[in-house]
Amino acid sequence: MTTMPASQAQGQAGTASGDILLEVNNLKMYFPVTSGLIFQRATGYVKAVDGISFFVRRGETLGLVGESGCGKTTTGRCILQLYKPTSGSIKFEGTELTSLNTNQMRTMRRKMQVIFQDPYSSLNPRMTTGNIIGEPLIVHNMVSNKEEYKERVGELLRHVGLNPYMADRFPHEFSGGQRQRIGVARALSVNPEFIVADEPVSALDVSIQAQIINLMEELQEKFSLTYLFIAHDLAVVRHISDRVGVMYLGRLMEVSDRNEIYINPIHPYTKALLSAVPIPDPIADAQRERILMTGEVPSPLNPPSGCVFHPRCPLATEKCSQVVPQLREVENNHWAACINVPGYGET
Amino acid sequence: MATLLEVKDLRTQFFTFSGVVKAVDGITYEVEEGETLGLVGESGCGKSVSALSLMRLIPDPPGKIVGGEVLFEGEDILRLDMDDMRRIRGAKMAMVFQEPMTSLNPVLTLERQLSETLQLHKGMTREQGRKEAVNLLARVGIPDPERRVRQYPHQFSGGMRQRVMIAMALSCNPKLIIADEPTTALDVTIQAQILELMKSLTREFGVALIVITHNLGVVARYADRVNIMYAGKIIERGTARQIYSNPRHPYTVGLLKSVPRLDQPRRAKLDPIEGQPPDLVNVPLGCAFRARCRWAVDKCATDTPPLMSVEDGHWSACWRTEDLGTSALDVNARGPATSANGNASAPAS
Repeated sequence: MTTMPASQAQGQAGTASGDILLEVNNLKMYFPVTSGLIFQRATGYVKAVDGISFFVRRGETLGLVGESGCGKTTTGRCILQLYKPTSGSIKFEGTELTSLNTNQMRTMRRKMQVIFQDPYSSLNPRMTTGNIIGEPLIVHNMVSNKEEYKERVGELLRHVGLNPYMADRFPHEFSGGQRQRIGVARALSVNPEFIVADEPVSALDVSIQAQIINLMEELQEKFSLTYLFIAHDLAVVRHISDRVGVMYLGRLMEVSDRNEIYINPIHPYTKALLSAVPIPDPIADAQRERILMTGEVPSPLNPPSGCVFHPRCPLATEKCSQVVPQLREVENNHWAACINVPGYGET
Repeated sequence: MATLLEVKDLRTQFFTFSGVVKAVDGITYEVEEGETLGLVGESGCGKSVSALSLMRLIPDPPGKIVGGEVLFEGEDILRLDMDDMRRIRGAKMAMVFQEPMTSLNPVLTLERQLSETLQLHKGMTREQGRKEAVNLLARVGIPDPERRVRQYPHQFSGGMRQRVMIAMALSCNPKLIIADEPTTALDVTIQAQILELMKSLTREFGVALIVITHNLGVVARYADRVNIMYAGKIIERGTARQIYSNPRHPYTVGLLKSVPRLDQPRRAKLDPIEGQPPDLVNVPLGCAFRARCRWAVDKCATDTPPLMSVEDGHWSACWRTEDLGTSALDVNARGPATSANGNASAPAS
């Protein structure tokens, strides 16, 4: 792995066209698998995230896509320091998050918030909506009296398309879409700069999904937010993201601009993934090229050697099982980790 | 093709403390032999309940099929007693459930689970059942079936478990398989594998398939005909091509417009359906979709629209179907700015 920072490694274009809010370098998160009842010892490691580097520019949305178990959620949680990464660096506005202590991190959390996937389990059923949304305001001492608190909660509810009088209701009185709006309001309460949205719409019905996506886009514009948008739905990710990273088994396979990666996918995994998504039009769908991937995602406990995708890859050669491909710029502003694509160069 | 299944005015209700939930409120459709029918709708629209009603698996109480007929090969299965029903269930009609983790018995080997149906319906001996179970696993693409058949469900991945469920559904050569969200719990690449498998197997054995899903893409790729459901009713029926290229119900149009599509340039903004589905305890008078509908007129509040013929084999339950016609298509998922690239003009069905 090159020791170059992600911002440089992933294109000088990056630094030129907007300042970098978040920079992740060679992030690794290994979870130990233990055995033994009393004297537990690690018998192996689940390599949930295995050396990924990327950056997020201020004001943009970076989408992370991949199948379940590819490490996209773990990446989000490492950034928020909800997991202590095994190694690697995470810089937020130049501050190295991995070396902060709990108190320092708490202050940082005012700037970075999270929206969770499941609006049914991520809200405390015994708290009123107002308290759910207002709790961060008290934790971070952002309001001085009750009046101000009430006003701010009402304002937040209006921002997400709910009514201030709903502050006294409990989560179970709301539908899934409305609950997700409450989750968004809570994340917004501390005026963050950066929000990790971990599958924010996957639990919702399609007609409601579009409402939440539009809301997130409006809020991004209004409050100049930066998003890390984690999802498995490729069409949704393309819609909301400026740039997209494709993950597989703990590694980044391809990173590029949202249009580029969908029109001109380079990595064989991205190609297969895109072709697996059926589109809602029988005529157009019949005309698309289809690559049916055989086999299943290997276990991250014992990932394949070399390129983790090689056992399922149509382009795989013998070398693929020996060399771990790094993310390289194979076309202008288009990064892929595959030794067999044109433009990758010598390994 | 002969008609295999005819559902006539089926009504299923749940009697709860907060009132009567009209989960399925008078639906009528038929399934031809060997065809694939897609049943599409959002959560709570009654699509799963309607499928469970066909199998007579509605928990009673609180649920009850209160009216209608289900003619399977000409016989009204709602009138059968439970013993006769049991002879049909699994043998002639089989079901594949959404969650392969919970629909297999965790404490029995696959051999036991697969051969149980075979012994029951086909009168096989245990030994014959075991051999057939191995065959079935091989047929759904599970490698090393001899060894795998002796394993337990937890030793299989999600996709493999769904293959086992399909093997189980196919085991007695049924005429009809009902698949309730068969791939919702799976990743897209595995989803593609499972759907291709179901498609090729149903073709090979001439099995009719009802796929229940909320995924419009899955239906577009695999279904011959489509029923769109909303608030317990079928609001639009037609062939897949008719539904997708000439949607005639505002709800169908709304659904198609609210999903981003990979094959089209990104739209600046998604076009969601505002509001929420109605509470099935108090379905409003008139059209249930009225409150969310952009085309709603006064009549919609008083008269419930029946399914009306739009073209050959295409029905829509909307008073304004005619007005919706071509203008709805223009704003359909194809997006306003894409007409330049030629393929945006909707192909006639």
